Amino acid sequence: MSRTAAVPGLRIWHLVAVLSAMSAPLVIMYAFQIIDSVASPAPGALWPTGFDLNNWRFLWESVDSGRPGIWQVTFNTFVFASVTSLSVCAFSLTAAYALSRLNFPARRFFLAGLIVLHAFPTITLIIAIFIILQYLGLYDTLAGVILVKAALELPFGIWIMKGFYDTVPWEIEMAGVQDGASRFRVWWSLVLPQVQPGLAALLIISFLSGWSEFVLPLVLAPGAGAQVLATYMNAVIASETTQDFGLFKAIGMFYTRPVIVIYLIFQKRLMNIYGGGTKG
Amino acid sequence: MELILSKFTKRFGATTVISEMDLHVGAGEMLALLGPSGCGKSTTLFAICGIHRMDGGSLHFGDRDVTTLPAQRRSVKVVFQNYALYPHMSVSDNIAFPLRVKRHDRATITRKVGAIAELVHIGELLDRKPAQLSGGQQQRVALARAMVREPDVLLLDEPLANLDAKLRLEMRTEIRRVQRETGITAILVTHDQVEAMSMCDRIALMRAGQIEQLATPVQMYENPANQFVAGFMGNPPISFLPAHLGERITLSGGNSLPRPDRLAGQGPITLGLRPEHLGPQFGQGLRGTITFVEPQGREDLIDVRLTGGEALRAILPSGHGHAIGDSVDWGVRGDRLLAFSTDGERI
Ligand SMILES: Nc1ncnc2c1ncn2[C@@H]1O[C@H](COP(=O)(O)OP(=O)(O)OP(=O)(O)O)[C@@H](O)[C@H]1O
Ligand SMILES: [Mg+2]
Repeated sequence: MSRTAAVPGLRIWHLVAVLSAMSAPLVIMYAFQIIDSVASPAPGALWPTGFDLNNWRFLWESVDSGRPGIWQVTFNTFVFASVTSLSVCAFSLTAAYALSRLNFPARRFFLAGLIVLHAFPTITLIIAIFIILQYLGLYDTLAGVILVKAALELPFGIWIMKGFYDTVPWEIEMAGVQDGASRFRVWWSLVLPQVQPGLAALLIISFLSGWSEFVLPLVLAPGAGAQVLATYMNAVIASETTQDFGLFKAIGMFYTRPVIVIYLIFQKRLMNIYGGGTKG
Repeated sequence: MELILSKFTKRFGATTVISEMDLHVGAGEMLALLGPSGCGKSTTLFAICGIHRMDGGSLHFGDRDVTTLPAQRRSVKVVFQNYALYPHMSVSDNIAFPLRVKRHDRATITRKVGAIAELVHIGELLDRKPAQLSGGQQQRVALARAMVREPDVLLLDEPLANLDAKLRLEMRTEIRRVQRETGITAILVTHDQVEAMSMCDRIALMRAGQIEQLATPVQMYENPANQFVAGFMGNPPISFLPAHLGERITLSGGNSLPRPDRLAGQGPITLGLRPEHLGPQFGQGLRGTITFVEPQGREDLIDVRLTGGEALRAILPSGHGHAIGDSVDWGVRGDRLLAFSTDGERI
């Protein structure tokens, strides 16, 4: 492949040049994000003066006595993202199957509602959600934010999974029933394997979405007990006493690392979500 | 196992698709449900296998009443038009699935899968995935999966529709062979009359949710109950001509044929003439011009326009020496001539 690609590569050099020029600012930004996180600050100068791990001190000491340590916050973020994505997947899998295959009262209403909710700017709901959570006693708890985040992600998840279910031929299910399997068994061992690429993609996407969620935890769980990395970073940069950009950049690096790793591992899976189900 | 469907009625919403249909399939018999698109063949099939609920009537397998039994507990299997193989399972897992559901032990499963694979000649394909098989091979796998638990009744919904012409011929004989060897009762849904005639013991010809005639292929071809049946059976199709039944059978344009004794009554009729019953070997009577000759190799299809303007079709062995534009005066085989009243009933 490399031999055949070499010739067209030369021919489109001007395209490559334009693209490089246009993406240079991004690359430079990423580069300095990394460099500054491990260098000693040199105000006004472009090039840092020396190698310095001081910015990463948040890993072993508390940067702000009023807040929990980084490991507690990371753990919270992980719990938040994974419980959210697991529940989104569990509900989407079953709800989407019902919407795609079963005939029940008000099915059309639910379908229409799904599209509306999918396109709905959720931030407009935040006051109502705030009041409801307070009423339920879930305000300022991780469980409360998880509940809200999962609920808001559901329309997207159901919509995606319904698309995958719709591509599974109806005859496969009928054949399964003919073979003597119960409806549950048919769903579990004949239909699920065929929407599995969609499920994997949804799991990853909703995990990443939970991992980067900022507004909901900020508004609905401002207390020390339910801090996540996004609100933690916000606190670091907003705090008047310690406006430390080097520290901020280092935490940023720490925060994005799982995202990068997940993308690198699951790239192909994520592409699937645009490709539809498996071709039989 | 005998199958008895009586007074079967099916509605979708307000429209009645099938009303009070009776059907009896003998044990070990292969029956074709034949009819034009939309006549209710698939609907009948799905009612028999339990996918559709029946809105009226009853269904028995032998003495057992299965009318209200769920699909899982009826001993019937369907081979779907698109085969519906499970794409994530290997061929052997596909065939074994019905056995696994019934919790057969591993040794039994291996033995039965091996035996059925042998029967449909796919022994060497067991480790492949369905996507790695040709259409004909997928068809065989679907057949094996349907047969592995030895159902009482096998239903085939247009099983050959997705195959090319040559494979279709091959699978026609294959399905029939498997059905014969196992002695299973089978119903084949098709809208191809050649398929129905060549594969089945009897044919039920349906129109608009009704069975028009139920007979053996030969009976149905030679002795159709009405004009619809006569028109549906036979390829190339029968020609219908308006005529008058009197002393002789007279057509427009001065053509006439002797009246066979078995025809009763008088007045306007519709004459049905099969292509193979028209030609110079049957004497004279119908004058016209040849408008088209379509060579088929062994024989030629010849379109004739009569002096009265009616179009007819004849089939003659090749080497007959006729060409487009020739004037002809051909006869018909009187004992095979079909006559219908103007409302389509057989006279
Ligand atoms: N789910 C349904 N709802 C409403 N009408 C239906 C439904 N399924 C079938 N019909 C109607 O019932 C009639 C019979 O349909 P059926 O599928 O049995 O036809 P068919 O004989 O199998 O035709 P084909 O050869 O095209 O498969 C058709 O007029 C069809 O429109
Ligand atoms: Mg059909």
